[in-house]
Amino acid sequence: MIHLIDRRLNPRDKSLGNRQRFLRRARKQIKEAVDKAVSERDVADAGQGGKISIPSKGITEPRFRHSGTSGNHERVFPGNEEYVTGDKIQKPPKGGAGSGGKEASEDGEGADEFVFSLSRAEFLDILFEDLELPDLIKATLKETHAVKPRRAGYSNFGTTPNLNVLRTMRNSMGRRVVLNRPKAAAIKELEDEIEALQAKDDLSATERLRLAELVNEIEDLKRRQRAIPYIDPVDIRYNRFDPQPEPKSKAVMFCLMDVSGSMGQHEKDLAKRFFILLHLFLQRKYERVELVFIRHTHVAQEVDEETFFYSQESGGTKVSTALIEMQQIIKDRFPVSDWNIYAAQASDGDNIANDSGVCVDLLENELLPLCQYYAYVEILTEQEVARYAGTSNGKELWRGYQAVGEQSGKFAMKHIAKRSDIYPVFRELFAKGDKRDRVA
Amino acid sequence: MTKSGKKTKPTALFDSADWDFETLQRTYEAIEDIALEDLGLDVYPNQIEIISSEQMLDAYCSVGMPLMYEHWSFGKRFIHDEERYRKGYQGLAYEIVINSSPCISYCMEENTMAIQALVMAHAAFGHNHFFKNNYLFQQWTDAEAILDYLDFAKHYVTECEERHGVSAVEEILDAAHALMDQSVFRFRRPSKLKPGEAEERERESREHDEQSYRELWRTLPPVDAAELPDAEERELNARKAMLNLPDENILYFLQKNSPVLEDWQRELLRIVRNTAQYFYPQKQTKMMNEGCATFVHYYIVNELYDRGQITEGALLEILHSHSNVVFQPNFDDRRFSGINPYALGFAMMQDIVRICTEPTDEDRDWFPDIAGNDDWRATLKDIWANYRDESFILQYLSPKLIRDFKLFLLSDKAAQPHISVDAIHDEQGYLEVRKALAASYDVTAVEPDIQIVDVDLRGDRELVVRHSVQDGIVLDEKTRVDVLDYIGRLWGYAVRLEGIDLATGRNPYTERVEAPGEKDAA
Repeated sequence: MIHLIDRRLNPRDKSLGNRQRFLRRARKQIKEAVDKAVSERDVADAGQGGKISIPSKGITEPRFRHSGTSGNHERVFPGNEEYVTGDKIQKPPKGGAGSGGKEASEDGEGADEFVFSLSRAEFLDILFEDLELPDLIKATLKETHAVKPRRAGYSNFGTTPNLNVLRTMRNSMGRRVVLNRPKAAAIKELEDEIEALQAKDDLSATERLRLAELVNEIEDLKRRQRAIPYIDPVDIRYNRFDPQPEPKSKAVMFCLMDVSGSMGQHEKDLAKRFFILLHLFLQRKYERVELVFIRHTHVAQEVDEETFFYSQESGGTKVSTALIEMQQIIKDRFPVSDWNIYAAQASDGDNIANDSGVCVDLLENELLPLCQYYAYVEILTEQEVARYAGTSNGKELWRGYQAVGEQSGKFAMKHIAKRSDIYPVFRELFAKGDKRDRVA
Repeated sequence: MTKSGKKTKPTALFDSADWDFETLQRTYEAIEDIALEDLGLDVYPNQIEIISSEQMLDAYCSVGMPLMYEHWSFGKRFIHDEERYRKGYQGLAYEIVINSSPCISYCMEENTMAIQALVMAHAAFGHNHFFKNNYLFQQWTDAEAILDYLDFAKHYVTECEERHGVSAVEEILDAAHALMDQSVFRFRRPSKLKPGEAEERERESREHDEQSYRELWRTLPPVDAAELPDAEERELNARKAMLNLPDENILYFLQKNSPVLEDWQRELLRIVRNTAQYFYPQKQTKMMNEGCATFVHYYIVNELYDRGQITEGALLEILHSHSNVVFQPNFDDRRFSGINPYALGFAMMQDIVRICTEPTDEDRDWFPDIAGNDDWRATLKDIWANYRDESFILQYLSPKLIRDFKLFLLSDKAAQPHISVDAIHDEQGYLEVRKALAASYDVTAVEPDIQIVDVDLRGDRELVVRHSVQDGIVLDEKTRVDVLDYIGRLWGYAVRLEGIDLATGRNPYTERVEAPGEKDAA
């Protein structure tokens, strides 16, 4: 009569499709909420999923329903302790929170905000939705010359190291069975019998006959065994490998930062946020993203992340040293044929006289041809922002870099003054297609 | 509780909170014995499925059905429920039961064995009996066909999404969902649907729809008819006869007559309409259905205890969750959110048992036909079979229960500055309270009465929809324009909504939405 079924192992997430449809439906609102969340969040969890709340406006499901404030309503309630027939209760002033109004808030969600959680993947998807890595496509196409052998079935020809023993033996066995190749055990058996007969001193006539028979038989078997080889060249199979073009899936991101005394903790913090955003973004596009941190004062050196962000150095500022260091590292460790190279440079814009020209030269002739993209953010104080606002002017380095920006599609630069600038600037730098505005 | 029939040896069916399939089976058999032999219930074959809490959440948002087409609104509900569940604002139901044959009940794996016993008694026998025997379900739903139909619907919607794009399908479903409440046949029985017949019907109806679409243009009255004195009225009548107006089922009308919809869009409307129709009896019997199931589980677990088949601990655990379920907060309580259907339903069922077995003089006055008849089983079964919430309350809400619940009637007139207490739980108030409470369960009165009344076939094809205003209650302004807009999208031309007060003939409001094309041009 009863049918008990254990469904616990059935696929869960039957609602996944519905969830995705919902996210798509509310895309616009969610996008706004995600952008807002990122600008408010700490760097460490900028890329985490998490709770967001969106206005429930675009996702209502309207139905015809009675208005609670018009006409005459009658309603029965439980739990009367004090009222007697004929009592009059003053209506609450406007807004209808009385008996009539209650009805309205019962079915509706009441709140204007719809709060829910996004997974990390969903969050990042939406965060970077309309951003594109510059020249990503070109880079992958260009890279088709990088090939990697892929297994592609079996072949009759090949080199010994590629011999597939299992396949070969399977073929061999099949052939041996079909051709009825005598087994070693069968011959051994006959030989044993002969031995046993020969061991005897006096053989009877039948036994002698048998002995002759056996010798013949063994002769015959051995002949067949020779004629039918254990492994025939037709059995042999090799693993086949096809060379497959492999898109580059590795990227290296160079973080260059001025750490001279003029860069305070505030400036560094802003730079860090920018770097982290870029890192998150690259991680979504590439299987593997390496980070290289180069800090510089008047000398440059490669350091680990901790040192990069938190240690102070004193000295002058010579930007070109960092660029030379980067060039060296690329040459040593990141061949352009294998790596997509991205660079982000943060600085407060100071540079010693005459060095900016050197930097421009380095960038244009050496680095930019190697890079997919080079972004420069100049971190300013509020006063400086006010001064440069609306102009395309900036500090020393900015003015120098302007020459580069105008010429190359791979270079972009922006001003950042406060936390909330970072994400918009980032978006501007990586906005898809024509929206991209290379030079501020 | 009646005396248990046979005293078996007091060996409990289970004595720990953990359950396994063998224990479930054993317990089910014991419950079945009481349900069928003692209570005499009549049920569909049972299919009990054990699911995890995630799966329960999944089932929640697709309106409790095991199969449902995909739509963002289900995702919204899922996200909402999930968020509340994870935060602990809301527990999950112990079970979900589906009106189908076999009757499928979902039980959560997290439940203890005692709760599984409660759930089986509640869903697999209480609800199941009600589904199988109540006249509304018998007349309006096909328990055998529903799963097949939903399967068809799901595949059909997926197919449409592949062929026409997700957003094109979504547009139609959004509009259809907004009109669901106004898209059931309330008075005439929808044609029966047999398993597997849906595809066939869809093909046939496609051809039919094409024909009736052309009809719309060909059957315009000849010009000379229009010149006769009564022409206008005769034309109206001809139109109404042709289009079967007025029509209470908006989606049905649009499915059949909309000049702009394609075949697959019409079929989507039909799917939504059929789903709405399937749930219509449940809307009308929610309180009775829960009351019946709660009464049955309460009786069965007590009986199990009397027979020594469950331990005292298990009984206490069951009673604890039982009393949570039937808890009714007072109107001024923070937790109050209307009258709890479990509480009222269960109390009324228990009350009927009391009236049948130990009636007071008052009961004999109020319920002469059942008071003291000493056969509560037959009485309840008759009630479960032949009533819906509204008629059940109107007939069987006793003065004692009105006193127990301390019910009182508030009347809120828009013209008055105050709300007045019209009746309380006293001799003068019983009838009035009962009538008002019954009316609040009358789905046809609670939901706005909206019908399609006319189409201007000769002019701009404006569709006229009428809301029959009762007691001066108009439609909520914010939503009525939105929904009207949806009708406009499905109809393809302008739509006018008139609120007409049938008692006074007044017209408190009129809304009009332009044809979708015109709006874009503007």
